[in-house]
Amino acid sequence: MSARDEVLARVRRAKGPEGPVSVPREYRAAGTRGAGDLDLFAERLRDYRARVRVVDADQVATTIAAALLERGVRRVVAAPGTPAGWSNLPDQPDRVEVVRGAVTVDTLERTDAVVTACHVAIAETGTIVLDHDAADQGPRALTLVPDYHLVVVRAEQVVAGVPDAVAALAGVRTQTWISGPSATSDIELERVEGVHGPRTLEVVIARSTRFPTTSHPVGGSDQNHGIR
Amino acid sequence: MTFLGMPAGGGNLTGTPFPKAARGALGDAQLRRNLAKATTTIRTKRAGVVGELPDWAELRAAGAAIKDEVLANLDEHLVRFEEALTSRGTHVHWARDADEANRIITDLVKATGTREVIKVKSMATVEIGLNEALADAGVHAVETDLAELIVQLGNDKSSHILVPAIHRNRTEIRDVFRREMPGVDPDLTDDPRALAEAARRHLRQKFMTVDVAISGANFGVAETGALVVVESEGNGRMCLTLPRTLISVVGIEKLVPSWRDLEVFLQLLPRSSTGERMNPYTSVWTGPTEGQTSHVVLVDNGRTATLADPDGRAALRCIRCSACLNSCPVYERTGGHAYGSTYPGPIGAVLSPQLTGVDRNPTLPFASSLCGVCYDVCPVAIDIPSMLVHLRSRVTESKRTTPESTAMRALSWVMSDARRWGRLIRLGKFGRLASRHVPLPGWSAARDLPLPPKQTFRDWWETR
Ligand code: SF4
Repeated sequence: MSARDEVLARVRRAKGPEGPVSVPREYRAAGTRGAGDLDLFAERLRDYRARVRVVDADQVATTIAAALLERGVRRVVAAPGTPAGWSNLPDQPDRVEVVRGAVTVDTLERTDAVVTACHVAIAETGTIVLDHDAADQGPRALTLVPDYHLVVVRAEQVVAGVPDAVAALAGVRTQTWISGPSATSDIELERVEGVHGPRTLEVVIARSTRFPTTSHPVGGSDQNHGIR
Repeated sequence: MTFLGMPAGGGNLTGTPFPKAARGALGDAQLRRNLAKATTTIRTKRAGVVGELPDWAELRAAGAAIKDEVLANLDEHLVRFEEALTSRGTHVHWARDADEANRIITDLVKATGTREVIKVKSMATVEIGLNEALADAGVHAVETDLAELIVQLGNDKSSHILVPAIHRNRTEIRDVFRREMPGVDPDLTDDPRALAEAARRHLRQKFMTVDVAISGANFGVAETGALVVVESEGNGRMCLTLPRTLISVVGIEKLVPSWRDLEVFLQLLPRSSTGERMNPYTSVWTGPTEGQTSHVVLVDNGRTATLADPDGRAALRCIRCSACLNSCPVYERTGGHAYGSTYPGPIGAVLSPQLTGVDRNPTLPFASSLCGVCYDVCPVAIDIPSMLVHLRSRVTESKRTTPESTAMRALSWVMSDARRWGRLIRLGKFGRLASRHVPLPGWSAARDLPLPPKQTFRDWWETR
């Protein structure tokens, strides 16, 4: 008998005679708590020692430019599907190199910053989720190798709790859930930020200016043909 | 003996009998201080973030029921999971036990021609003894989780399922790094920041160059074939993303039926384990991405033997959060090594004997005071105390009563009362009292208590 058939036969012998188990779902389910609270979201992020800037939607591009210049970056990678304005650094054409489109890991190793959008964010836990098939979020390595990740979250992408986010992520093949910068508590349980992932997470929360807020999160667009 | 004679699991699930192993730990004041500090910190954090959720009890009930559904129809969920994985291009392998899993993985690694693999922290691979098997085949496995790296460099063993180096303090860790980490700054300080930075540098090159990674998985979604790794440092993301070949070792009980079920576990797990609202990184992948080749190895290794016992199978609900370890008065005093298994603490006391058969782990069901705290904090409501009582009777039935298990019975009476415990620790008499009571080979060196021969242990105790 193959290992597969033997393990399955053992399972059939071992399991009880019961039929399906009914699962009580009395907890706060998706769609029952309204839109995510932006103030709570910002507070949770700060708790993780992420940097947070809350701005009007039409201020996103200038806010990104200011953040990157403050940080003194020399080379920035932007996910290819992000708006062109997100990686425009006016007056700095010679000092800062902006890379868009496909990049290699070697290039990422020599990059100080990455700019992306996100798919959905959770107020209660301060979590941001990326869909790596979306062109404005990029393949996984993009937001992993550089030491600084700037992510733009639109107000209407912020949901209340984990169930709302799980519902919004059904069918998304490759995801990264990010809650603050990389951290470890392996030494005497003392929290240290920055081990292997980006040591700095900067979040720009864009308040809607022209459109009314909806609780329906909208993901990125287009397939992403990224690096390897 | 396993339940209904189902085949037992092998690998790193047994060790020195608990009473003997615990004696060393109880004499180690440094170890007890490290443990007390760490478990107190994490208990407080956990209580805080669990208290924040008004629907914790409901999430816990749902988590337990979802896992019961997985176990009740495990064959169907496994077949669905396999189909979903295969249809998305992942190669699926099955392993009856630790040896078979090691053989499969070693062959997959050797086929790539590499001599080095990078690893994401994985209990399953520690359980099956994968690093040792790879080493025998001439392949070096590099642990990339900071705590696992500390354990590996220090030639040590994990003592906690979440923080494997919890028994080491910062100075001990600095010494291990200075001694064992190639190219490390000889003036490295014991500041946790500096130590983490040293690990970052040490591993960066590995992430960029090693082409095969081995991971476990916290969850596998039967419906979609998605795998989930929950972590903090980003080493998991590195291993899952950069190497061309990814091999994931998954115990057959790790499934959840549908994607939606993660809405429960992604709340229960981080709050119960690190005491955070959410862990820094969770990776989800469905089939190979970015040009990778991906393999999943489904491992039994005693899980079906555990499933066969209706009064013991709920141990397979465990999501390895470690809340039961952090709240256990016995674990806090003895540390993880005393349990002799990859799985220490209360969950280890019920899981290890079931995976191996109680005859190969006859003392573990007695390594508890039955105080019940483990049950209260368990996010999937495993009734560990009742299960321990059940397993104690299985030990007795198996007629493989050993001197150690008899001694453990006396000890479990002591452990069942905090005051007795406290006194025992203060007196430093752990092990000695057991050796007074029954002839234990190898324990005689510690016999220095005058004890009238006719007096029972309990009488002696009451007069202390
Ligand atoms: S038994 Fe429960 S508390 Fe203990 S590690 Fe498993 S899930 Fe966590």
